[in-house]
Amino acid sequence: MPKVTVDGQEIEVPDGATVLQACELAGKEIPRFCYHERLSIAGNCRMCLVEVKPGPPKPQASCALPATEGQEIRTDSQMVKTAREGVMEFLLINHPLDCPICDQGGECDLQDQSITYGRGATRYEENKRAVTEKYMGPLIKTVMTRCIHCTRCVRFSEEIAGVDEIGALYRGEDMQITTYLEQAAEHELSANVIDLCPVGALTSRPYAFEARPWELKKTLSIDVSDAVGSNIRLDSRGREVMRALPRINDDVNEEWISDKARYQVDGLTKRRLDKVFMRKRGKLQPASWDEAFKAIAKAKPGKSIAAVAGDMVDCETMFAAKALLKACGSSLIEGRQTGMDYDVSNLAAVNFNSTFAGIEQADAILIVGSHVRWEAPLVNVRIRKAVKRGAKVFVVGPYWETTYPAEFLGEELGVLNKLPDAVAEAFKNAGKPAIILGGAALKGAHGKALALAHEFGAAFNVLHFSAARMGGLMLGFAQKGGMKDIAAAKPKVVLSLGADEMDFEPFADAIKVYIGHHGDKGAHAADIILPAASYAEKDGTYVNTEGRVQFAEKAVFAPGDAREDWTILRALADALGVNVGFDSFAELQAAMIAEVPALGEEGLADYGALPKADAKAKAEGTISAYPIKDFYLTNPIARASEVMQRCSAELLHGGDLAEAAE
Amino acid sequence: MADRSPAPDTPELRERWGAFEFNESYRAKADKAIARYPEGRQKSAVMPLLDLAQRQVGEETNTQGWLPLPVIEYVADYLDMPVIRVLEVATFYFMYNMKPVGKYHVQVCGTTPCMLRGSDGLFETCKKRGMSKGHVSEDGLWTLTEVECMGNCATAPMVQINDDNYEDLTPERLDAILDALAAGEQPKTGTQIEGKRTSEPEGGPTTLKDMVDANHDYRGEW
Repeated sequence: MPKVTVDGQEIEVPDGATVLQACELAGKEIPRFCYHERLSIAGNCRMCLVEVKPGPPKPQASCALPATEGQEIRTDSQMVKTAREGVMEFLLINHPLDCPICDQGGECDLQDQSITYGRGATRYEENKRAVTEKYMGPLIKTVMTRCIHCTRCVRFSEEIAGVDEIGALYRGEDMQITTYLEQAAEHELSANVIDLCPVGALTSRPYAFEARPWELKKTLSIDVSDAVGSNIRLDSRGREVMRALPRINDDVNEEWISDKARYQVDGLTKRRLDKVFMRKRGKLQPASWDEAFKAIAKAKPGKSIAAVAGDMVDCETMFAAKALLKACGSSLIEGRQTGMDYDVSNLAAVNFNSTFAGIEQADAILIVGSHVRWEAPLVNVRIRKAVKRGAKVFVVGPYWETTYPAEFLGEELGVLNKLPDAVAEAFKNAGKPAIILGGAALKGAHGKALALAHEFGAAFNVLHFSAARMGGLMLGFAQKGGMKDIAAAKPKVVLSLGADEMDFEPFADAIKVYIGHHGDKGAHAADIILPAASYAEKDGTYVNTEGRVQFAEKAVFAPGDAREDWTILRALADALGVNVGFDSFAELQAAMIAEVPALGEEGLADYGALPKADAKAKAEGTISAYPIKDFYLTNPIARASEVMQRCSAELLHGGDLAEAAE
Repeated sequence: MADRSPAPDTPELRERWGAFEFNESYRAKADKAIARYPEGRQKSAVMPLLDLAQRQVGEETNTQGWLPLPVIEYVADYLDMPVIRVLEVATFYFMYNMKPVGKYHVQVCGTTPCMLRGSDGLFETCKKRGMSKGHVSEDGLWTLTEVECMGNCATAPMVQINDDNYEDLTPERLDAILDALAAGEQPKTGTQIEGKRTSEPEGGPTTLKDMVDANHDYRGEW
């Protein structure tokens, strides 16, 4: 713990800290461009110069200088001020003064720091350098003339994403950042380089010239495109969500989000259900709320009513549906729309118990039936970190392109019954082994995986990919036999809460009521459509796959006649003549928390200990495919989004299209 | 600085170079270069490998050699590293030719000492033979490049042709060298002044003369 003096103030800094970190601990702001907490240190922008004694009599780059005992650091001397002015002047030599037409304007590090640390005017009279634009795919817009060569994007794709595709070609003044042959950046986290870029060289292509940061209303929200529950900020103007940006949460998403979380928001304004529709003579026709409610009441469902929750609904909606059904005398609620029926008597057995931050510490990881890169890109980032620390990774399931060395053990789940020696060895010698079970393996290998976890003392993790899953399970949205039980009960009315992936076939005789926000599969099959709010248009509680309860706020109003889901269910209760016991959102929440107290507290829910493992359990079956066929089109919002459709066509099926053209 | 962008990725380029592989002798040299580095650090051999690849391309095309994209991809594959990282290296060092060159790559130094000693005349000489900067001459024999300091300032002006330096040049001496190369002969490398061995002063030493024959202790004379 070296002691250093920063501007006369003596502080103790942790071992291994840099001078820059020491200055930050002392509360001094150090300007920087290339330095980033989560990336390796490059030391090439020179903006963080400070004066350090003892040392050479010249300013030093604080980001790359270790803090040592007895250093005297000055951040306020004339030398430092002149050095910063000089560096800034050099950086601006080749940087165009096109701030008025630059999308980074208003949230640009270079702009802000040149105001604070720059000279105010340039002495440069020669021609500026210009760089041709580089294509980086449908998400990243490039204006490479603005690039200041901080190489954050290069380091991000190499270190965090693990897909080495951005590089710095040529040298000196001619240095250019590009992808190989200007191919699109093809991974699920590519757009994070937009946030990392301290200038306007890499900006968001779909958001180009849409809005200025100061016009936007910022709402704290939770991403629902996967079960990671990334913390996001929705920036909205008027009734439209303009963009989604990551918020920093070291326990969940650090400061990254997947491209789908970021760019599906344009789907919020497309293919929306903004009117009540009813099927009349086989065709969906616009109708009024009254008509719709009367039609449902006329069916006299009584106890014969079921509710199926979709992948993106909040806990409040599910609880409102549960309360409504309870009031009717039914308990036919289910959230696993695709028909899975794993045992949920102990929620710890279907939870990601390591936690995301904890999986980084694992030193042997067995992934069973999960395409982690697509099902939870940010968990994949954590696993990559673990591998960098020396963890061994084994995967059971069809091959997918990992971003770290991993050994594939085949598609047969039976391999778990007699683990190959290398795997058993690695797990025996591991201090913190972990097993990750994906949706594809829950059916055939749940019991065996639990037994293995018990045998090796490994952390047991289930990786879901529906944002609503853990919340639904906590609220009891699970039947013993899954969807089969619901179908067997032959309900007269089926409420689909944004459930688009469910099979409507068995409910041919029932009145199918779709309460959702997008005209997708569910709406096509429905008899009555009640337009509801998407995640951006309602307050709500979400529980991610590690059991973390998080609260999202409402960013905008739902379009047209659409209402927040709970109000629809509340009105439906009146139409059916039952009492659900709440009249406001606050009452609803209070009732929900009274029933499931864990939902009232943000943070990890406590599910208790893992169930006793059945040592005789056997794994059987084959994983022929993972549930996600197309990363960019997994939910109705993404399917409605033009950006996601373009990504899907260009990045995933680009090869197919080119082949078809030939 | 010369344009260092890679030759365009065309179907013709792929057809010509797509199947590039090290031949036996180059593979042996490449593996030897890789073996110099510890296990897991094979990537460190990227520079020698690019050089070897360029030389093999040179042998196949009877030129100094260059690095077509498929060859760069082959090297990346050989070392199991991302191709963008190899391309970064290849575009950084001007010793790697990114475009086809002639049989003789004439690199004339144009930095201050050489310029003061008459490198402009050397460029004139080259131009008279139909060379122009950055292009292959019509007969396929020459490529002219202006380069920065090669560290031979004591024997300026100088020219590097493929692997050899030719120093103490005048337009006439350069002409003679180029004639010899065109005729398929190997001219004398290094300094072109008769009787001079390397970078010693012309006409014998001008300082420390007593040191010529034996070690002389000057300290008493200070």
